[in-house]
Amino acid sequence: MFGRIAHLLMKEFLQLKRDKSARFRLLIPLVIQMLLFGYAATFEVFNVSTAILDQDHTPESRSLVAAFVHSSRFQLTTGASTHRDVERAVAASDAQVGIVIPAGFSELLRKGRSSPVQVLLDGTNSNTALIALGYVNEITGTFGQAYALDLAQRTGRALGQPLVHVDMARRYWYNPNLNSRWFFVPGVIGTLVLVTIVNLTAFAIVREREVGTLEQLLVTPIRPFEFIVGKTLPFFFVGLIQVSVVAAIGLLWFKVPFAGNPLLLVAGTCLFLLSTLSIGLLISTICTTQQQAFASNFFVLNPMFILSGFSFPISSMPQALQWITLVDPLRYFLIIVRGTFLKGVGIDVLWPPMLALAAIGFTLLTVSILRFRKALD
Amino acid sequence: MRVRRIIAIARKEVLQVVRDPRSLMIALLLPLMQMFMLGYGVNLDVSHIPLCTVDQEGNQQSTDLLKRFSASRYFDVRAVATTLAEVTRQLDAGGCQLAVVVPRGFSRHLADEGAATVQVLVDGTDSNTATIAAGYAGAVIAGYSNQVQLDAIHRRGGQIQTLTPVSVQSRVWFNEDLESSYFIIPGVVALVMAIVGAQLTSLTIAREWERGTMEVLVSTPVTPLELMLGKLFPYFAIGLFDAAMCLALAVGWFHVPFRGTLLTLLATTSLFLMVVLCIGYYVSVSIRSQVGASQVALILTMLPTTLLSGFSFPIEQMPRFVQGVTYLVSARYYVTILKAVFLKGSSVVELAVPVACLALYAAVLVTLAARSFRKTLD
Repeated sequence: MFGRIAHLLMKEFLQLKRDKSARFRLLIPLVIQMLLFGYAATFEVFNVSTAILDQDHTPESRSLVAAFVHSSRFQLTTGASTHRDVERAVAASDAQVGIVIPAGFSELLRKGRSSPVQVLLDGTNSNTALIALGYVNEITGTFGQAYALDLAQRTGRALGQPLVHVDMARRYWYNPNLNSRWFFVPGVIGTLVLVTIVNLTAFAIVREREVGTLEQLLVTPIRPFEFIVGKTLPFFFVGLIQVSVVAAIGLLWFKVPFAGNPLLLVAGTCLFLLSTLSIGLLISTICTTQQQAFASNFFVLNPMFILSGFSFPISSMPQALQWITLVDPLRYFLIIVRGTFLKGVGIDVLWPPMLALAAIGFTLLTVSILRFRKALD
Repeated sequence: MRVRRIIAIARKEVLQVVRDPRSLMIALLLPLMQMFMLGYGVNLDVSHIPLCTVDQEGNQQSTDLLKRFSASRYFDVRAVATTLAEVTRQLDAGGCQLAVVVPRGFSRHLADEGAATVQVLVDGTDSNTATIAAGYAGAVIAGYSNQVQLDAIHRRGGQIQTLTPVSVQSRVWFNEDLESSYFIIPGVVALVMAIVGAQLTSLTIAREWERGTMEVLVSTPVTPLELMLGKLFPYFAIGLFDAAMCLALAVGWFHVPFRGTLLTLLATTSLFLMVVLCIGYYVSVSIRSQVGASQVALILTMLPTTLLSGFSFPIEQMPRFVQGVTYLVSARYYVTILKAVFLKGSSVVELAVPVACLALYAAVLVTLAARSFRKTLD
């Protein structure tokens, strides 16, 4: 049995070795995608293009403008001298945020009354707009509170000191600077490996069938199980190499920290590869041409990617979709990858996703072996 | 150029698509799947943040503060912990995304020193959700702080009315409720066009090579230009049909506002279709295997459309040189146009720059594609 598997393995590696373009195909797209994701995938909000109109022209209004300009979140891109200018800037996408400090702003403030600042937002990109609005509120809140307390002290209306206040000490764990890249780069490892390994496995078997060499193989004494092992094992190693390459780029180039145990990541990767190989195998039993395999892969892989929580939080999805995510192996692998990279948690925390991954992997493997046998008969 | 020959080629291509179930699936099922998966699955709105509270103080004041969190629609209290070790476990396992800790001595500090600190621990792994969640937590605590301050001042007989004298009156244009699906779905049209257009056409020439029908094709009097037009026309029609389907779903099912004119959408969609069809055709001529061609076409169209078009990741937040690269991505212009036509109701005149760029892009690619095919067999 082992002899036959070894022979098949040998044949696969020879094929891979002689296929010069394969080495190129297996690594270059991977590296390009990793770099693209690392640089382009970001939800951070800095230097939002802003138009500010100060109609009040007082020290108060000027210091509020300064607070916006010095915050690194907003960048003054267009000047405005009338209300219409602000609206035009937002309508023409010259500014994403328009801020108007109306005349009489400081007069209301000095009287201790509520003084409005008008904010106009381009909501086209809802996420940027929401976060920018949050920063506007934060900046005006800080400014207003400092002003009110100062005023109360000066006019004696607060009657006695000290004034009380509750602060928030916020600390971001695992990603202290809220770097988007730290979130996306480990995730890319999972998605890239999923796509390449499922494609490779499905194509390899379908190609044998298309070219007619599958029949030749089957007249040899090899058993279906041995065939599957010999056929998929090379891709298992390819998968491990790909994970190492992509992880190395993440660690060395993008400087994403690795806080956990590498062995745990290796174990999780092995379990994940089991699922990806089985999916590839399963697709190969359904399709007879490589073209069909490619189309099927797309229909399987795309939902897996969207539902994995790779970039869009699962907790915000409708309940029905959340249930579907429970059978998505990528979902569990991403928990393991991010858990080992960023959180540095151990098996005591990561055993549930590991277990789920193992369960999905073995179920898929069993189904695909059964189907594969049937497809041969 | 003979129209008759173009029609003959087109007819053959249509038959081939109709008889190949996978092609039909890509043409008809894929747009539906993309719209539904992305329409429902992509949601950046943050609410019901799983929260863990720790009340080390355990008196009226700390209870009041924590009640504000449980009353907020942005937070769901999932766990009430007693020790910091428990909080660590909750955050580690991802059971909670945010923890609020009211430390021992909270009220005493507030009474004696006039200042007390509440600790907020945020799981920063998902940096975007973390930013928004911390913002909401800050607002809850600021609200409580103001209440405490006002109470203290009033107790002393002070008469300050408000501690938030600057009120923000915000108006949001184009996407008034800041719905993330309104922001994502118009871009899905571009994604569908890119995938369908380039995928289907990437097969056309490669298929002739693989099936050995190229010899026959070369021996016919058809000219390269006629061949291209005949081959691409059916896919152009499929592309427009898919675009109409996406528009109907976006407006009819997901209720995304459509404020522009159909004519603007039709004109710009035709331009973008020309670009992706020609990319697919060019790849198909250059790479003579169907699988290879469709893979290359997928990388050339889907990847940049997803990442570099502003479809979900804002271009202006990317590093400078990546921003430069996005100018080379045709989808960038089309996504800009789509979002403007759907949400802003912009006309062609207002969109002159992106439309001109897209037209230039289309012209270059049509020329490239038309010159790529040579009637030789080597």
